Parts: sequence; structure tokens; C-alpha cells
Amino acid sequence: MISPQGSPPGSSSQSPRSPSAPLFLSVTVTDPVKLGNGVQAYISYRVITKTNLPEYQGPEKIVIRRYSDFVWLHDRLAEKYKGIFIPPLPEKSAVEKFRFSAEFIEMRRQALDIFINRIASHPQLKQSEDLRTFLQEDEETMERARSQETGIFKKKPTDLMQIFKDVQSMVSDVVLGKEKPVEESNPEYEKLKHYIFELEDHLAEAQKQAYRLVKRHRELGQSLADFGKAIKLLGACEGDSLGKVFSDLGSKSELLSIKLQKEAHNLLMNFEEPLKDYVRAVQSIKATMTDRANAFRQQCELAETTKLKEINLDKLMLMRSEKAVEAEIEYKELKAESEEATRRFETIVKLMSEEMMRFQEQKTADLGLAFHEFARGQAKLANEIADAWRSLVPKLDACSPSMCS
Amino acid sequence: MMGAENHYGLEPPPPREEMETLALVDDDHPSTDPHPLAAVPATLHGGDPLLFPPPSPHSPSSSSPSPSPSSSFLDPPAYADVVFSPFDSQNGTSSGSNSPRCAAAAASEYARITVSDPQKEQETSGSLVPGGGTYVTYLITTKIRTPASGGGGPTEFRVRRRFRDVVTLADRLAESYRGFFIPPRPDKSVVESQVMQKHEFVEQRRSAIEKYLRRLAAHPVIGKSDELRVFLRTPGKLPLSASTDVASRMLDGAVRLPKQLFGEGGGGYAGPQDVVQPAKGGRDLLRIFKELKQSVANDWGGAKPAVVEEDKEFLERKEKVQDLEQQLSTASQQAEALVKAQQDIGETLGELGLAFIKLAKFETEEATYDSQRIRAADIKCLATAAVKASRFYRESNAQTVKHLDTLHEYLGLMLSVHSAFSDRSSALLTVQTLLSDLSSLHARAEKLEAASSKIFGGDKSRIRKLEDLKETIRITEDAKSCAIRGYERIKENNKTELERLDRERRDDFVAMLRGFVVNQVGYAEKIANVWAKEAEETSRYAKESN
Repeated sequence: MISPQGSPPGSSSQSPRSPSAPLFLSVTVTDPVKLGNGVQAYISYRVITKTNLPEYQGPEKIVIRRYSDFVWLHDRLAEKYKGIFIPPLPEKSAVEKFRFSAEFIEMRRQALDIFINRIASHPQLKQSEDLRTFLQEDEETMERARSQETGIFKKKPTDLMQIFKDVQSMVSDVVLGKEKPVEESNPEYEKLKHYIFELEDHLAEAQKQAYRLVKRHRELGQSLADFGKAIKLLGACEGDSLGKVFSDLGSKSELLSIKLQKEAHNLLMNFEEPLKDYVRAVQSIKATMTDRANAFRQQCELAETTKLKEINLDKLMLMRSEKAVEAEIEYKELKAESEEATRRFETIVKLMSEEMMRFQEQKTADLGLAFHEFARGQAKLANEIADAWRSLVPKLDACSPSMCS
Repeated sequence: MMGAENHYGLEPPPPREEMETLALVDDDHPSTDPHPLAAVPATLHGGDPLLFPPPSPHSPSSSSPSPSPSSSFLDPPAYADVVFSPFDSQNGTSSGSNSPRCAAAAASEYARITVSDPQKEQETSGSLVPGGGTYVTYLITTKIRTPASGGGGPTEFRVRRRFRDVVTLADRLAESYRGFFIPPRPDKSVVESQVMQKHEFVEQRRSAIEKYLRRLAAHPVIGKSDELRVFLRTPGKLPLSASTDVASRMLDGAVRLPKQLFGEGGGGYAGPQDVVQPAKGGRDLLRIFKELKQSVANDWGGAKPAVVEEDKEFLERKEKVQDLEQQLSTASQQAEALVKAQQDIGETLGELGLAFIKLAKFETEEATYDSQRIRAADIKCLATAAVKASRFYRESNAQTVKHLDTLHEYLGLMLSVHSAFSDRSSALLTVQTLLSDLSSLHARAEKLEAASSKIFGGDKSRIRKLEDLKETIRITEDAKSCAIRGYERIKENNKTELERLDRERRDDFVAMLRGFVVNQVGYAEKIANVWAKEAEETSRYAKESN
């Protein structure tokens, strides 16, 4: 749970209405429960919101949400807050068999918890109305809102117009032979694009190795269990005292096997997942870059069209044509749209640079924590291994030649 | 060369502890030279080229005498400081250094046997293929253990032998030392020689011969044998009678068979000196048939043979040995799997480290924010720790392989045990066969006597037959006594060898487990140190997120 102002959650001992109380919003995603039957079965989560913000109801509110609700929220934010790196969601589908495994459910729950808290602590996103809907509305309202967002009817009428205009301009580009998409010629931004794309490759590789490491831990655990069993059986062939040592060694081996499985799980949740999350975050940035490219293109096209209209208008005015009046109205409309498009683009640029700084800082902290957990887990495991084996040495020493019978 | 060859075919790394290269932790050169890390995913074979003696100035605690962080000075000593030198094996024993096996090896007259310098030589005579027929010879160097008084005589012998000579040695030993657990000789493995590269095959064979000779030398009885001495010391042609292949033996036997059947000489009964050898593999076809008939009679016939395996103690022990063999087989398999799993985890850690090094380098080059630079440094720290830990895993594994190799060695020994037990049973069969021969001979003699006593004055031909029969009986009695003596001797050898097996096995297993455990502890402590430091360096992130 991340408290946006850095104040600990649960300071609801102070009256929520008192003006001097620091504002906080903290969310927990918990209690996954399987609902439904057969193909339509799904997991529902309990989302608990604790806040003293006036826009929210009461000190605490609990709602039930499922994965597609989170997807809805994500998509709404992605639409409305162009330029901001929307926190990434965990992957959509998984192999059917795996979908309800305890591990997968726990991984998803953790990822959703992180997702919602990142939104709740983001300066702009936390003010979103959709967030409030998500955190407060009852399940029926939520379901209605979710089912409305399917298909192209997602888009509002003005967006629909925009789509047609985009298609139009695409066609005119082709007709006029301007097939090459228009791109910014900003060297710094070029560098950033290149950085983001290459970063994704490096991170994917690191995440792949991390996942492999998890598997290796499991394999080692398995072989320790098998080895322990075999040693025990071998010890049964020996005399009493030596046989006992064999048996002890076998038991220790089996014990360590369990510890290795535990560490494998720990690695998965606290090291591999953060790396995967990092990859997703980079992909979210790529989505924003696409938005930026689109906004840029729109801005350019509208600017051009406006210019053409201006030229045309001047011509008509010179000719003192009756069409001049109409043309002037059209021109003014178009100019407003062009300015709007320019504003949209510039907003994105400004937001992106703020977001990049935030992203870098956040990732340093996230990765630092992941490394810490990784190192701690590995150190703990190694110490457990050392302790387990060490306990056998005195027993083996007692069995030195000519002492055991 | 440490000489500690083992089943897994891995070379032990040089006995050094420290492995940080300055380049990895040196923050003055942020763009790490990728060269040292290019060897990170290298396999165990060929040792680790990245082992440098001096510890990095940034990590003094890796060589400090302090125990693992979680323990106080009152705890047992840290095994991290034990210098792990690969066990310096003498004459083939690869188990703990304190075992009496080492003492036995020390008692052997052969201080060291080395097999080296394979050379190709041409078959000079009797080659069916003109211009073909090459074979490989190996130089065998033997150092003799001389008394301190330093008497005369050479202390080192060098001979050249080919693999066929090794087979000959093995065969002669098998004949002379029936009932003993003779170390199994290297395989002839015809198929492998075609599949493998020639030099790989030769190297494998060289190593196998060396191991075999060392084991022979370490055996309390066989180590003193004439056959071995002659093999190791006599230059030039090996003065042991060559084993011939079974086919030509059968051929020879077939030639003798008619003589045996139609009564020439002793009438086809085995002479006393021959019975000491097993029938199978010999030239005496008739004897082979007889013993076969006897063994069938034993198995299917109603009557119990006159002498049976009655030694209950032996039967119990035999069962135990069979049980042991089964468990050894499983344990040996699981040990291999364990070694592989440990190797894999070390390898993956190394690759993870490598991936992070690349990431760190990339972030450093492209850094535009301070947070990026900090992160790049963090990543490099973690990568360094991962690579260090990876090396420790691999080193630990190289040692583990050697310790657990004892399992595989004992599994190999089971072959010798089987061999010794079958020496016993074939000797028993010979005795049984002779006994039933004798009883049928006596029966015939009785009949003849009874028949000839009815004719007054005697029947000349019958009397002569009777005399011949009595002669045969006498010879067979001698053979029977010989066979029984041989059988008893083999039984005695079995007994002493079983006792030796129990004694040595116990010691070897204790040494194996202790070596394994101590090694694991030592390296686990080292690895724990590496990660504890890394956890310390990243601890500020933990506090922040709370």
C-alpha cells in the first residue's frame, strides 16, 4: 500500500473532516475467491479503500472486483490521460490449466494491488473520476459500466469524427503520394525512443534468466529430495551407528528440498515479478509514444489543412465571393481544432518529460527493493543450507574409523 | 595433475579460494571489459580461467577469518576459511584422506603409477590387412616405494604397453586370484571407439587404464602379485601368456574331445591340476558338458548334490551385498542428478549476472537522469554478486562430484564381487561334478567286481577293465581333493574380501559423507556472505518502501 503523501495509512484516528489532517488514499486488493462454474468461472477480489478524501465515501469502503474491471479502469485512463504512462496490468490470459493455480492467482493479486496503488499515488491519475467509480460503485453499476465499453461504441461521437478524419487524411496522403508517416524531428526524443526500445530487450533477457533461476531452484529442490531418499535407503544397508548418520543426512537433504521450493516461490514473487513489471512499464511507455506520434501527426495535418483553408479564404475574399462568409466560418472552426490538436500534442510532450523523470526514479526504487529481497532470500537460503549440513559434522566425526562398530 | 579422475569426467579446478577480478568491482572503470565475463558460462571442464589469487580491495571480508554473519565467535568455525584443495589421490583412491584405504595404499610397494604419452604403432606381424593394423601404446611409469635406507636398485620403471596387454593382465589375475574382489578392468568398448573422436577415446582409455592399475596396486593381495609386478616392470614384450579368444579355445577343445571320448590317456577325466581352473573358458569341452549336466541336475533333479552351499553366514552376506548394490545404483543415479542440478543453478546465476552486466552498461551509456546512474550502479553490484555466487556454485560442485564419486566406485566394485561369487559357485560345481563322477565310477567298479567274482579264475578282460577303472578312480579322487582344496581356498578368499569390503566401505562412506557435507557448508557460507553484503548495500531500499 502506498500512501501518496508519505504518511502512514490508518491515521484515521484523526477526524476526516479536520482540515489539518493529511489527505491519504490507500487501497488493498485481497481475498481472491473463485466464482462461477466451468468455462465462465473467474476470480473475484476484494478491494478495500481507506481514505479521508472528501470525494470518497467514508473512512473505508469495500467492493468486489474482477480482472476485467481492472482492465476497464486501465483502458479508460489510457484514453483520457494521454501522455501519462499508465501503470501496467498483469497479463490477460494464461494457459487454462494454470489460470486457477494458487501461484498464478497470488501473482495476479499482487500485481493488481500494485497497479491500483500506483494509480492512487499518481498526482494526476488519482483525481480520475473513473478511479472513484472503480473504488466506490457497487458491483452492478460496475458491471454496467464495463459492458458499455465494448466495441467501437467505446468512442464518443467526437472521437468517431476524429476517426473519420484520420481515415480521410490517410487517404489524401496516399492520393497525394505522402505515404510516409509524419514524424517529429526531435533528436532528444529520438534518443529516448531508441533507449526505450533497447531497454525492453535488455529487461526481457534479464527477466527470462530470472524465471530460469526460479526453475533451477525447483529442480535442485527436487533432486535434493530424491537424493535424500536414496541416501536413507543406502544407509539401511549399513550398521546401526553409520546407518543412523545416513538417515540423518537423508532427512536433512529432504528438509533442504522444502526450503529450496520456498525460495523458488519467493524468487518468483519478489524478484522475477518486479522484472516482468518493469518490462510491462516499458511497454506502457511505448503505448504513450504511439499516442504522441498520433497526436503529432494530427497536429501536422490539421495545421496543413488550416493553412490551405486560409489560402483559399484569402482568395475568396479577394474575389468578393459570397462563399467567403461560409469559408470564413469553416476556417475559424478548423483553426480552433488545429490549435486544440497542437495543445493536445504539447500536453503530451510536457507530461512525458515529467513522467520519464518519475519513471526513472520509481524504477530505481522498485529495482533496488527487488534486488534487496533477492539478496536477502539467497543469503537466508545459503545460511539454512550451511546450518543443516553443519549439524551433521559432529555426528560424522563420531563415526571416524575405529570408533564406530 | 592431481590424478583424481572420476566418473563424471570433470577436471578439478586449481585449489584457490578468491575469485574476484578487479575489473568486476572496480568502480573506476564503469564500462566493464566484457572479456572476463565471456568465460562465465564456461563449463566445469578445463577449470575456471577467472581464478585470480589476490582478493579485490573492495571485498576484504571474503577472505577474513570471521565466521558467517549470523553466527558469533562461539559457534563452530566457519568452513569458509578451509582451503579446499582437491583430494590428492594416491593410486586411485578418491575418498577421504583419513581412511585406512590411504594407509593401505601407503603400504603398497608402488608409490605412484602414471599412464601417459599414447603413441600409435604399427602391427608388425600376423596382420591380415596389408598396411593396416595400427594400435596405441601407452607409457606406464611406476615409482617404487623404497626404504629410507636407500638400497640399490632403480626407483622408477618405464614400460610401454598396449590395451591388449591390460586385458592379458586382467585375465591372468582372474585365473590366479579366484575368490578375490579383483578391480574390474576397463571396457573394450568397440562401439565407442567408432563414435568418439580418436583423441577423446584415447584419452578416456588412458585415464581408465591408470585408474585400473592404481586400484590393482592398492589391493592388499593383488598389489603384491607377480603378474602386476611383471606388467609394471618388465620392458619389452609382456611375459604373461596371452589369452586366446574363446573361438580358438573351443576349436582346440573340439580336437581333444574325440580322444577324451574314446579313451586315450586318462580316459577323459580332468587331471588334478586342471580342476583348479573353471571349466568354462577352458579347452576341456567334455568337462564343460559334464558340469553343465551337473548344474542341470542340481537345479531340476530331485536329489540334493552331495556338497552344497551351506554357509549361512555367506548366504546372508551375499543377500546383503545384493541389497547394497541396488541401493548404490539408485544413490549413484541421484547423486548424478544432484550434481547436474547444482551445476545448472550455478550456470543460470552466471547468465543472469551477465544479462545484468549488459543492462548496467546500457543504462550507464544512455543515462540522462541521476536516478538512472544510481540504478545502473545497483544493477552492476547485483550482477557482480551473482557472478561471484555462480563461481562458488561451480567450484563447490567440482568438489561434490569427487566426493560422491565414491558411490560410483563402489558400484563398479560390485562387478568384482559378482565375479568372486561366481568363482565360488563354479568351484562348487566342479566339486559336485567330480563327486557324482566318483559315485558313478564306484558303482561301475562294484558291478564289475560282482560280475567277475561269479566266474571262477577270473575274466582277463574284465580284470583289466577293473584295474583301469580303479586307476581312473584314483586319479579322480586326486582331482576331487584338489577341487575341494581350491573351493575351500576360494571360500576363504571370499570371506576375507567381504570383511575387507565392510571395513573399507564404512570408512570410505564416512569420508564421502563428511567430505560432501563439509564442502557444502564451506561454499554455502561463502555464498551467504556474498548475498549478505549485497542485501546490506540495498538495505536503504527496504526502509524506503516501508
